Formats: sequence, structure tokens, C-alpha cells
Amino acid sequence: MNEIKPSKLERNIDYFTLRQEVEEFLYDEAETLDQREFSAWLEMLSEDLTYFMPLRRNVKYGDHAERENTREGEDISWFEEDKWTLSKRVDQIFTEKHWAEEPLSRVCHMISNVQLLSAAPNVASAEEVTSKCRFLIYQNRVETESYFFVGKRTDTLRKEAGDWKLLRREIILDQNVLLAKNLTVFF
Amino acid sequence: MDQYRHFDELVNLEQGTIAREIFVDEDIYNQELEKVFTRAWLFVGHESQVPEPGDFFTSRMGTESVILTRDFENKIHVLLNNCTHRGMKVCLYDEGNSATFTCPFHAWSFAPDGKLVGVPHENELYSHVLEKDKWALIEVAKMENYKGSIWATWDKTAPDFFTYLGSAKAHLDLALDSLDGSEGGTEVFGGVHKWISPCNWKVPAENFCGDSYHNPSHISVDMIGIGPSAGQGEKGRRDNELADAQHVWVSFPGGHGIHSALKPENNAYIESYKDNPIVEEYYRHCYEERQKRLGDDARLVPFVGTIFPNTSYHGRQPRALCAWHPNGPESAEIWRFFLVDKGAPKEVKDMLRRYYMRYSGPAGMTEQDDMENWNYATAGSRGTIANRLPYNYQQSQNIHKINDPVPGLVSTQMTEENARQYYKCWSSYMQDKSWDEIMSHPAQVKDERI
Repeated sequence: MNEIKPSKLERNIDYFTLRQEVEEFLYDEAETLDQREFSAWLEMLSEDLTYFMPLRRNVKYGDHAERENTREGEDISWFEEDKWTLSKRVDQIFTEKHWAEEPLSRVCHMISNVQLLSAAPNVASAEEVTSKCRFLIYQNRVETESYFFVGKRTDTLRKEAGDWKLLRREIILDQNVLLAKNLTVFF
Repeated sequence: MDQYRHFDELVNLEQGTIAREIFVDEDIYNQELEKVFTRAWLFVGHESQVPEPGDFFTSRMGTESVILTRDFENKIHVLLNNCTHRGMKVCLYDEGNSATFTCPFHAWSFAPDGKLVGVPHENELYSHVLEKDKWALIEVAKMENYKGSIWATWDKTAPDFFTYLGSAKAHLDLALDSLDGSEGGTEVFGGVHKWISPCNWKVPAENFCGDSYHNPSHISVDMIGIGPSAGQGEKGRRDNELADAQHVWVSFPGGHGIHSALKPENNAYIESYKDNPIVEEYYRHCYEERQKRLGDDARLVPFVGTIFPNTSYHGRQPRALCAWHPNGPESAEIWRFFLVDKGAPKEVKDMLRRYYMRYSGPAGMTEQDDMENWNYATAGSRGTIANRLPYNYQQSQNIHKINDPVPGLVSTQMTEENARQYYKCWSSYMQDKSWDEIMSHPAQVKDERI
């Protein structure tokens, strides 16, 4: 369910043009988050956003496609939420009493390996585009705490009133027991 | 004997002080693994995780891996996940279904009841020597399936689970029984939160045994509102279901401590879960059913509690069982299992799931702030100068009643009595005291076992 097949889209000028647009969005978003412009980041999210991060389980080979990740809509995951919840997370930081982010962590998002998986109605004039990337997020907190979050992301962007907005984000964090005490960073 | 007196000084109930070193000292930590975790009853998992014969769920007791299995006679077992030949884990999966557990090292294989059933080249290499029935996977000494929750101990002299729980049972029931008051009927959602938190395991156990004083930790979520009615503009991290209730903090022989509440005699339903009318209706219906079923007993409603040593529950908003596994003096590996009524409608399950996720654990807006405090409170127990002053546990000292209005050592105001009794019990384990002695504190409480 969660491992999307390698991109089958033809590599042509339309593909690379659209990929560049997607990359620009993703890099802008990373920059916005790393600059702690949380309200501006929320502006980049569609009102219909789904933000999902499953748990990862050790299962038998052959079962992994079906059972490695917890299921959206059925199981307990790390995140299965919408824009309302993410807005609450931002509001929480703004209270200045969110001790897990007060003082703010230093966070650095690195996004790479961007590939387009699908575009609708087509690559040349896309209104909706799904891409996959790798992320490496570094969090440094208080004095010496540091955490690395590494994994894959599948993002769907939708054009709303001429601007790309994030419609769906699936975050595949490559950890079983979470090695961080908290998931306060936005992915 | 000096080492034993030492623990009475570390946990000094007369003064109401506890030495900081019990949260960071390596030697004390190593003693805990032997003296506490090989004796006490520990929570392992839930029967709903192993519904079919051959199903297994890999869990943890103390620092060691165990496998919760269901054998082909439908019997549940808890087995040490450790090959009796060379110690390799015989199961590297978190869950699944298997007729045998075959060690990847030399391929000794074990049945779901733990029996050694396969030894490569047994006839040539082990003839007349190997008595296979002596080399089964190590099984816990006692196991109890209580309303679906699975508990176990390595100590065959331990009291049975119900004696161990005593009157704390009535409070644990509030998490394990169905919302309509019928017995049991709960299951755990798929997906167990597991994470490493840099705190001593006792810090969160104490937090859940009735530290209601730590509300300032959660001021941010209370300001913004994340509860099941937050979409309707309600502030707070949960609905105010206990607005008219008398809160009670109760400790029990065996070190358990709980925070519950008693609703007034009319036991009126307080509207909650307002973000979804179907969920609201379900809770209202269950509330009324429970009142019909239990009568006056329905006035008791849950908040949180800790079953000694390292299992805690959230009773209602949210609702979960949590194990604080020791993982070094300054590290805990935390596993949380989220509970729900098996028969709840899909809308209810979905709303609860989403609420649980935004409330609890490392991604939970509420518990994130706990984690920060547990982390640095543990680190703060380390300093040489800091260690010259013990921690203050004097809150509501000597203010308690016995078996009034519920069985146990009761306070009707916020108190650190539960923590004091928890550490008193901990110190009894650390002094290798007998089960009779361990189960005799608080001494005044006459246990009314069911």
C-alpha cells in the first residue's frame, strides 16, 4: 500500500519542467519550516490535507508489503491528521508554553531524490501531481540533544487558485522503535 | 544489611523525601532488574493481538524480549525470546503467525507452547544425552489473562494476580471494561507505539500513579484545546467529564496508585465528544447503560493509574495501557497499547484513534511536554551538588483517610501520598522483603479482595 512503484512517467521536457516546479515547492516548504515561518507553512497546505505517518513493524518477508506499515484509517500510527490538527500544533508553539519546543529546536530539512509518480490530467498541464522524495531531517535541541529522521515521503500537490498546495503527505520514517523522544518537527 | 538500611534512607517517608540517586544510579538500576522486574507482575500485551492459534506478538519484560503466543490448543503463553542453546532471539518479528520459532543460529526450533521440537542432527549428535523437555523456551512462572490484558511474573512465589492487584482492580476495570459497564469487551488497536525516552522508568510510572500536580506541563494544550470537543471551540486537552466529580487519589498494598473520581449521586451525564454527534450519542448511550447496569457503582469513573512497577493506564480520554520498560538508568523504552470497545461503531473508533494519536506518545501534543520534563528531571538528578538535597515529596503529607469513600489509602485532595507509597513499596523490593511484607503497605489498609 505504502511503497509506490518506481515512476513510469516518460522523461521528457514536460516531466522535467513539472519536476522543477514540484522541487521548488518542496524546497520552499523546507526553507519556510527551517526559518520557523509556521503560519506561512500552513498557507502552503490545502484545507483538505491528509498527513500520515505509519508505524513500521518487523514482519516476515512476503508479509512486508501488507503488514510492515500500520494502515491509514484502521490502526494507530504516528500521525494521521488533517490541517486542523497541524494548525493546533502550530498554535501550540505560539503559546510559548509548549515545553517540547520551547525554546525552539534547530531543524534542518534536506529533500532529495525527487521523482514524479503521476500527474493529472497530464504532465504538460498538471492540476495535481504526486511525487516521491527522500528526506533527512536534523533536529538539535537545547544543548546537546540531536536526532536524525530519515525516510521517504510521497507528496501530492494540487493547484488551488493558481498556487500549488500540499494535498496529501505520506511519511515513511525508517525506524521501528522510534529513536527520538518526540516528533515535534514537521515532516 | 547496610545496603538495606540505605534504601530506607533513600526513601524517607517520615521526612517526605526521596534521594535523587534512585533515578540515575547505575548500581541501583542493575539491582532493580533483579529485585523488581523478576518478581513483580508485568503487563505483556493483549489477547486481541493473538486471536488465532499460532499467532504471536513479541513483547518485553524488563529489559528482555518475550513472545506472547497462542498455541494450537488455544492456550496463551509468555516465553523468553532467547534460544536455550546459544541465546539468539528465536523470533525477530514484532508479530505474525507461525507453527514454530526456529532459531536462525543453529536451527533449534520451538513450538508456540515453548517446547523444543526440532534439533538438527539430533540422533547423530545428541543421542542419549539431550533431554528435549528440559530445554524448552523459558516460560514465565505465572500468567494471567485479565479481561484480555496479559500479565506475567517470573516469580513462582508471587501472589496470584488478583491478590497482587487488590482493590486497585476496581480502577483498572474502568479501563478494561466496556463503556456500557459490561465486563471486559475491550481490544487494542493495531499498532503499538514504541519509543525511547531519555528518562528513568520510574519517572513516568510516578507521573501516572497520581501526580495531578503536573498540570503546568500541559498548559499549552489546555490553552489551545485538543480534546474531542475542540472543534466546537472547547479548550482543554480533554472533555470536562469530571467537572462535578470528587477526585480521589488512592494507594494500595503492592505499590499501586490511582487517580479516579466519584460522580455525585445523581451521576448526570456531561455532554462530551461534541465534535461528532454519532460519537456523542454513543457515549451518552453507554453512560446511561452503565448506570442501569451498575447502579451506584457507576459513580466511579477513571482518570489514570499505575500498577506497580511499570504499567500505567489512561482510563477514558485517552484510554490506553502503557509499559515503561527499563532501558538503562536514564532511558526508558515506552510501549503504549490503545484500548477501545470491541463493538464500538467505526465512527467512534476513528475519532478515538485520531484523538489518541494527537494526545499521546512522542507525536502527541500533550505527552510531548511530559517527555521534555521527564528527560530533564532525570538529568537533573545527576549533579553532585544537586544530590546533596533530596526531592520533596511532602505534598498533602498525613492527610488521608482509610477506605473512605473507596477502599484503599485515600486522599480527596491532590497528594503525593501515592508516590510516597509507590517508592515505599519499591524500597521493600530493593531490600528483598518477603511478599507478605511487600503486600502489607500501607499497613492500615485492610484489603477487601474480590
